[in-house]
Amino acid sequence: MQEIKTTELVKRYKDITAVDKLNLDIGQGELFSLLGVNGAGKTTTIKMLTCLTKPTAGDAFVGGKSITKEPKLVKEMIGVSPQETAVAPNLSVKENLELICGIHGFSKEKTKERIEKLSAQFSLDEVLKRKAGKLSGGWQRRVSIAMALISEPQILFLDEPTLGLDVIARHELWDVIRTLKGKITIILTTHYMEEAEALSDRIGIMRSGSLLAVGTVEELNRKAGTDDFETAFVSIVKEGAL
Amino acid sequence: MRMMTFAKRCTKEILRDPLNLAFGLGFPLVLLFLLSAIQANVPVSLFEINKLTPGITIFGLSFMTLFSATLVAKDRESALLQRLYTTPLTGLDFIMGYMLPILPIALGQTIICYLAALPLGLTFSVNIIYAVIGIIPMAVFNIALGLLCGSLLGVKQVGGICGALLTNLSAWLSGVWFDLNLVGGFFEKIANALPFLHAVEMEKALFNGDFEIAASHILPVLAYGVVTSMIAVFCFLRQMKKQ
Repeated sequence: MQEIKTTELVKRYKDITAVDKLNLDIGQGELFSLLGVNGAGKTTTIKMLTCLTKPTAGDAFVGGKSITKEPKLVKEMIGVSPQETAVAPNLSVKENLELICGIHGFSKEKTKERIEKLSAQFSLDEVLKRKAGKLSGGWQRRVSIAMALISEPQILFLDEPTLGLDVIARHELWDVIRTLKGKITIILTTHYMEEAEALSDRIGIMRSGSLLAVGTVEELNRKAGTDDFETAFVSIVKEGAL
Repeated sequence: MRMMTFAKRCTKEILRDPLNLAFGLGFPLVLLFLLSAIQANVPVSLFEINKLTPGITIFGLSFMTLFSATLVAKDRESALLQRLYTTPLTGLDFIMGYMLPILPIALGQTIICYLAALPLGLTFSVNIIYAVIGIIPMAVFNIALGLLCGSLLGVKQVGGICGALLTNLSAWLSGVWFDLNLVGGFFEKIANALPFLHAVEMEKALFNGDFEIAASHILPVLAYGVVTSMIAVFCFLRQMKKQ
C-alpha cells in the first residue's frame, strides 16, 4: 500500500527550479532515503511533503491526503525532525516532549504514557530533567527524533538526522532508527552514502531537483555496474539516470 | 488548549533566561533606586518619586519588546518554529502564544516597581491599581513591536534594535528623565507623535487619579497598539508562509 505519492511535483524559487516534476511512490512501513549532493532538492521535497512550503505545481498525497488541499489532515499524521536542532533550549527534555504532546491535544495520562515509552525506547531517562539546550549534539538529535515520534505519527520525516555528529553518535542514532523500521514509514534525507546504505529499504538519488534513480542498494549497484554503492552513486549523479 | 501549551512554553523560555530577569526586572529597579538617591542629595525637584515611578514602569515595558523579539527570532533561527509549523498549531495559536505570556510579566514588573517605590516615599493609594491596569495598552504595543521585530530580524539585530535603540527612544522621548517642554521644538513634536510620552502622561495621571487627563492620552497609545499588532500579525504570518 502506498503511503506517499507525488505527481509531477515542482518547486520553483524565482529562476531556480529546486524540485522538477518529481514522481515518487513510497510504500507503507518503508524506510526510504533521498540521497543527493547539496542543492539536489532533498530538503525542498521534505518541506513540501510536510506542508512547510507549497508546491509551484503538481501535488503529493501523504497518507492519502493532498498536501495542497488537506494540509491540516496531513500535519496530524506526520512527525518531523528538521535538519537543524529544533528543541526548546531552556526547557527540560521532558518539557520538550510534553510540549509536543500538548500541541497534539494529548491528555495528561496519555502524555505520561508516551513519555515513559519514548524515554525507554531512546534511553532518555538519564537526561529527562536536563535542559535540552545544554545537551550534546548527539543527544539533541535523539531528543529531536523523540519529539517527532511522540505524537504517534504514521509517517516520520528525518532531514539529515546525523549531520555534524561524530561517528559514535551517528552509529547510536542509526541503532535508534533501525528500531523504528517496519513500524512506521520513514523518509530520510542524507548525503552520507553509508547512512543510506545501512538504513534504507530503497533509495532515491536526486540531482538538481530531479530524481535520477530509485531502487535498493543492490539494484542501484547493478544499474551502475559496480559492487560499491559510493561508486554507483557517483556514476549515477555524473551520468544522469545512466 | 494547543495555544495555552505553546504560551506556557514561551513563559518558561523567557523566565528561565537570567539576562531577561536581570534587564527586565533588575534594570528598572536599579534606575528607581539610583535616581531616588540622586533626588535625595540635590536641592531641586528632579526625580520626585511620585512622578518618577509611573515613568519607570512605562520605560520598563520597552524590555517586553526585547523579550518577545528575542524569543521569536531565536525560535526562527533554531528551526524550532519550522518543526512547530508542521504540527496542527495555527497562525493564531502562534501569535497569541507569543503575546499572552508577556502580558502578565509586564503587569508583574509594574507591580514590583510600585511596591519597591513605596519604601522610597511613594504615596500609597488605590490609584496604584488603576495605574497598574493602565499599562496594558502600552504593554500590548511593546509586545506587538517585539513580535514584529522578531519576525523580520535575526537575534543579533534584535539585540541592537530592540535592546539599545528602542530602550533609548523610550527613555529620551517619554519625558521620564526631563521635561520635554524645556527642549521644545522638533524634539517635542516627535515625542508627541510617538506613544511613549502619552503612555507616561497617562500613567502619571492614573496614579494621581486624574482620569480626564488619562483619557486624553489613551487614544494615541491605543492606536499605536492596534496598528502595530496588525502589522506584527501580518509580518509573522508572512514569514510563516515563507518557510
